[in-house]
Amino acid sequence: MRKLGSAAAIGAGLLVWALGSTPGAEAALDGATVTGKVKFVGKAPANPVIDMSEEAKCAAKYTTPPRELIVQVNANGTLANVFVYVKTGLPADAKYPTPATPVEIDQNGCMYHPRVFGIMVGQTLAIKNSDGILHNIKALGKKNRPFNISQPTTMTTNRPGFAAVEVMLPFACNVHGWMHAFAGVLSHPFYSATGTDGSYSIKGLPPGTYTIEAWHEKYGTQTATVTVKAAETKTADLTFTAK
Amino acid sequence: MRVGLIGALAVFLSVSPTVRLSAQDTTAGKTVYVKWCAGCHGETGDGKGVAALYMLPRPRDFTGAVYKIRTTASGQLPTDADLMRAIDEGLPGTAMPAWQTRLSDGERRNVMAYLKTFSSFFSDTSQHPQLLKFSSEPGGGTGAEALRVGRQFYDSIHCYKCHGPQGRGDGPSAPDLKDDPGQPILAADLHENWRFRGGATAEDIYRQLRTGLDGTPMPSFSDLLDQKFLTEEQLWRVAQYVRSLSPPKAPEVRDVIHARQIAGTLPVSPDDSAWSRVDDYYFPLVGQIIRKPRWFAPAVAAIWVQALHNGNAIAVRLTWDDRSQSPDTGWNKYTRRLLQTMASDDSGPQTLAPWPDQLAVQFPPKIPEGMERPYFLMGSNSGSVYQWRWRSAPRGAVAGLARGIDRFDTLPPASGPAARAVWDHGQWRVVFTRTLATADTANELQFAVGRAIPVAFFAWDGSSAERDTRMALSTWYFLALDQPTPPGTFISPVIAMVVTLGLGMLVVVRAQRRDGRRAAARG
Ligand code: HEC
Ligand code: HEC
Repeated sequence: MRKLGSAAAIGAGLLVWALGSTPGAEAALDGATVTGKVKFVGKAPANPVIDMSEEAKCAAKYTTPPRELIVQVNANGTLANVFVYVKTGLPADAKYPTPATPVEIDQNGCMYHPRVFGIMVGQTLAIKNSDGILHNIKALGKKNRPFNISQPTTMTTNRPGFAAVEVMLPFACNVHGWMHAFAGVLSHPFYSATGTDGSYSIKGLPPGTYTIEAWHEKYGTQTATVTVKAAETKTADLTFTAK
Repeated sequence: MRVGLIGALAVFLSVSPTVRLSAQDTTAGKTVYVKWCAGCHGETGDGKGVAALYMLPRPRDFTGAVYKIRTTASGQLPTDADLMRAIDEGLPGTAMPAWQTRLSDGERRNVMAYLKTFSSFFSDTSQHPQLLKFSSEPGGGTGAEALRVGRQFYDSIHCYKCHGPQGRGDGPSAPDLKDDPGQPILAADLHENWRFRGGATAEDIYRQLRTGLDGTPMPSFSDLLDQKFLTEEQLWRVAQYVRSLSPPKAPEVRDVIHARQIAGTLPVSPDDSAWSRVDDYYFPLVGQIIRKPRWFAPAVAAIWVQALHNGNAIAVRLTWDDRSQSPDTGWNKYTRRLLQTMASDDSGPQTLAPWPDQLAVQFPPKIPEGMERPYFLMGSNSGSVYQWRWRSAPRGAVAGLARGIDRFDTLPPASGPAARAVWDHGQWRVVFTRTLATADTANELQFAVGRAIPVAFFAWDGSSAERDTRMALSTWYFLALDQPTPPGTFISPVIAMVVTLGLGMLVVVRAQRRDGRRAAARG
C-alpha cells in the first residue's frame, strides 16, 4: 500500500516534471487538486506609506503614494500574499525533480514582485533589477546560508538553488528598508501563493490526507486537513482574522 | 574476539598521533573557549555571554556560522584560515580582541576547531566553501587618475546610499540599517580604516568588497565583475579610492598639542584654509563607564585637534565625524533601535527626544604647578574644572565650571569662548577662540605660553541618545602654546614635564582601559 502510494507520488512528480516545471501545471491526470480561498475577517490595518523621496526613479512609477503591502485585503474580502502549501501527508521517501526554469523575483518600483512565492530546493532564483538603481538583496535564511549581493544597475543574477527546506525565508533590501519578500522553500511542488483574487490551487497531488498550511507575514499560520482521492478536487477555505 | 578488536583499536587510537591530535582539538579548544571567549560569546556559542549586552556590535552568535571576514563568496562558510585571521587579529572597531599575542598557536587553532562545532553547517558535507579568485593589486593606486576612476565607480555603484557622498557613513539609507539579528548597525566611516573589521589596506578593502560582510547590510560586489558592470581593475580602483580617504598611516596619539604662534589674526572660521597648514592631533574617545548610567556604545570614536595662538588669543579647531546633525528626525529610526538594543542595567527606560550634538573641552581653572590635576571626569567637589561647552541646537558655546558630572555652573558670557561650527557630510568642525587672559582670573583659565596645560575632551551624539553621562571621553592630555623662538630652546621644560606627567598618565590610561574591559567583562 505504502509502496503504491509512493510509486504514485513519484509518477505524479515525474508527470509534473515532464509537463514542464510549474507545480501542478494541468498536471497528473489522476492527480488530485486542493483549492480554495484565503478569507480575511475583520478590519485590515492601514499599511505604512513609503517615503520614496530619495528614489525619484521608483517614486515616478506610482500615481498614489506607495504603501508597504503587509496586509493586502482584496475587494472580495480575501487576503493576498498568503503562501499555501502541503505541510504534511506526502510520502516520506518521495522525491520530486527540481524544475529547470528559475523562479524570478523582480525589483521594480522599489518593491519585490512577487512579495510571497514558493521555490523548490535546488531551483535557481533569478534576481532581477528592473529599477536600474542600487538594490542589495539579502537572504536571511536560518536553515539556508544567508547571502547579500548588490545590483547597482538593470541586471539579472541567477543564484544557485537553496539547499534546505525553509518556510519562510525572508529577503530584504538594506538600501530601501521597506522592501521585504518571503520565499517558501520546499522539497516538493505542492504550493501556491494567493494573489488579487485570494484563491490558491495545489494540483497533481497523489491520493491521501494532507495538512495544508497557509502562512501570512503578519497573521502567522492557519491549517486545514484535507483528504483527496485520485483525480478528485476538494475545496478547503482558510481564514485569517484581524488582530 | 570482538572485545579484543575494540581493545586493539583503542590502543591504536591512543598511540596514533594524528587521531589523538584531532580528538584533542575540540576538547582542548573548549577549555580555551570557556576561559577566554565564553564571557562574550556565551557558553553555548549563542553570542549571549554575560558581557554581551554591553557591546555593539554584539559578540557573534556562532550557531549560525555567519562570518564577516572570509575569502569565500557571500553566503558561504569561511575557511579555517579566515577564522584564524579573525581570531589572530581581532575585529578592529569592536570589542573583539586580537588573540595572536595572548594565546599560543595551538590554543588558537584548537579554539577555532571548537567554534566550528557550534554550527551544523560546518559538518554539513554539502557545504563546499570555494575560495574566490582574487586578482592582484594594479599599480598606480594612489595616483590622481586611479582615484578619479575609483570615485567614479563609488558614485555609479551608489556606495553613497549607505556610506554617504564623502564616505562618512551618513548616506540616506544609513539610519535604517540593521544587522541580521536586528540590531542597529552603522555604515562604516570610510575615513577611519583602522577601524575596518577586515583590515585597513587596499587589498583588505578589495577582498571585503568581493565577499561582502555577511550578516550585515554590506553586500558582495562580485557579481558586478561577472556581469561586466566593472572590471577587476575598476573594482581595485574603488578599493584604492576608499583607502585614500583615510590617512596614510593609522593615527598615533601624541600627548601634547602644540599651538603654534602666528602673527596677525587667528582663523576663526572652521573652513579657513589656514587650518590646512596646522598640525592635527588625534585623540581616541571611549565610552563613559565609570559613573552610572554608563555608556558602552559611544558614537564619536575620535577627535582631531588643532590649535594656534597669536600672543593675545587662542583658536582651537576640533574636528570629529558624526553621521548626523542632531537633532535630525531622519535618524529617529536609528535612535529608537539603539535605545532598544542598549537598554542596560542602569539607564532605565529611555524615550526619544530631540537631543543635540555636544562637545566639551576641559582645562583646569589654573595651570597646575606640579602633578596635581582635577579629576578627569569633570572635576569634583574639591577640585573644579574649567570647560568650554558647545552644542548644535540651540547652536552656541558657553564657558563654565564643572564640579563633577552633575554640576555645571556657567560663567558670564563676556569672556566665554566664541565658537563657529560647520557640519559637512558627516563631520563637525568647531573653532573656539578666546583671549589668553581674562578678567576673571579666579575661575577662568589664564592661558600662558610655554606651559603644559592639561586638556581633555567629551563628545555627545544626539542621534545616539547621548547626553549627560552617556558620552564619549578622553583622559587628560596637554596643550602647549609655543613661543615664536626656535622650538629647541623652550620645548625642553614642556618635554620634561610631559615625561614625568605623561608617563604617569599613560599608565592611568592603560589602567582605565583595562578596568573598562574588566568592567565590561564583569557586566
Ligand atoms: C570582549 C568580548 C569578546 C571576547 C572576549 C571574544 N570576542 Fe570574539 N567577538 C566579539 C564581538 C563583539 C564580535 C563581533 C564583531 C563584529 O561583528 O564586528 C566577535 C566576533 C568574533 C568572530 C567573528 C569573526 C568574523 O569574521 O565575523 C570570531 C571568529 C570570534 N569573535 C572568535 C573569538 C574567540 C575564538 C574568542 C576567544 C579566544 C573571542 N572571540 C573572544 C567579542 C569578543
Ligand atoms: C546597503 C548599505 C551598504 C552599501 C550599498 C555599501 N555598504 Fe559598505 N558597509 C555597510 C555597512 C553597514 C558596513 C559596516 C559593516 C560592519 O560594521 O560590520 C559597511 C562596511 C564597509 C567597509 C568596511 C569593511 C570592513 O572590513 O569593516 C568598506 C570598506 C565599505 N563598506 C565600502 C563600501 C563600498 C566601496 C561600497 C560601494 C561599492 C559599499 N561599501 C556599499 C553598508 C553598505
